[in-house]
Amino acid sequence: MWTFIHKWGSPKWFYVMSAKLQPLFWMVSLLLIVTGTVWGLAFAPADYQQGDSFRIIYVHVPAAFLAQSIFVSMALASLVFVVWKIKVADMAAKVMAPLGAVMTFVALFSGAVWGVPTWGTWWMWDARLTSMLILLFLFLGVIALRGAFASRDSGSKAASVLAMVGVINIPIIKYSVDWWFTLHQPATFTLTSRPAMPTEMWLPLLVMVLGFYCFFIALTLMRTRNEILRREINKRWVMDLFQEAR
Amino acid sequence: MTPKRRQKLLVILGCLVLAGLAVGLTLYALRANINLFFSPVQIAQGDAPVERTIRAGGMVKEGSVIRDPQSLDVEFQITDYVDELAVAYSGILPDLFREGQGVVVIGKLLANGQFMADKVLARHDENYMPPEVAQALEEAGYSAADYQAKAAEVGQRLEL
Repeated sequence: MWTFIHKWGSPKWFYVMSAKLQPLFWMVSLLLIVTGTVWGLAFAPADYQQGDSFRIIYVHVPAAFLAQSIFVSMALASLVFVVWKIKVADMAAKVMAPLGAVMTFVALFSGAVWGVPTWGTWWMWDARLTSMLILLFLFLGVIALRGAFASRDSGSKAASVLAMVGVINIPIIKYSVDWWFTLHQPATFTLTSRPAMPTEMWLPLLVMVLGFYCFFIALTLMRTRNEILRREINKRWVMDLFQEAR
Repeated sequence: MTPKRRQKLLVILGCLVLAGLAVGLTLYALRANINLFFSPVQIAQGDAPVERTIRAGGMVKEGSVIRDPQSLDVEFQITDYVDELAVAYSGILPDLFREGQGVVVIGKLLANGQFMADKVLARHDENYMPPEVAQALEEAGYSAADYQAKAAEVGQRLEL
């Protein structure tokens, strides 16, 4: 088990093995997202109160899930980098940040678009919306901090620390709707109980969520591979690789 | 794991716990300000400032909505199933506004206990459902129970 994990810490091993996994995740994510989109937008029933604007949930919830999961993954990768000095973990943390920022923005934007017809406002400084905005700033902060140092190592360390500390925001986002009065309604999906909507509504949502996760994995593998090549350009095995390709 | 790495890991986790504690205490101290709105029970207890712009929230009480046929004026009561708050508003209500629906009203509390709203926002819950199911549930007497349980729980926490 440990040797298996250790092998993935080697850039060369990661590069070779991820090449095999990557197409699988791209295929599955494409399949799930197309299925979920068509199912959710065309076949799932409309809501009894909100009508068709309810369908925004099929983008909003997966994006919000992914935004938080990406932040946690980034923080874990940073922890592995800081404690065990595994460079691949730092590269993964680096390439995750922009996607996380994009997903946070998508969640905020789709939420605003959804808020206008249902709540009557596109923004309200309630605990859920504000903590999500803070998440966006944390992502942007991590990206900016990494770029602000002349030496790559200092940038990596600073960004890692910010990512690890920023994880405190995640439980706040998650429980904000339970701890305080908010305009935002409580969670749609929980691990402990059945969703409070019928199967024909939540099944396409689940498909979309899984599709988004596969997309995140596929994109992270692809971008980490690029990052490996960029950083290991002077290593023997990378040179051999280019020699072969020529 | 080498002792050095173990120590590093422990230091990081320790720092995280401390930072989490600091944030937790700050949020706990600010809890009254983070709540988006006052509940009618808090207003009845005199927790809300008078003649200042505040937000109040609750469910629109069944049968309390009175519309003026000549204008956009509307009066209704919001309730948390403990206390009620009379609200007066003039303007266009959101599509989701109806009796039994959660709302947040923004405006001023008058000295006589009435609330003059400048804006009405609708809340909705996570119980999405197709129209047919909603109708069936309504006939079976659904809706208030969920919100009531939550209001009671929050009320209890506020007293602590």
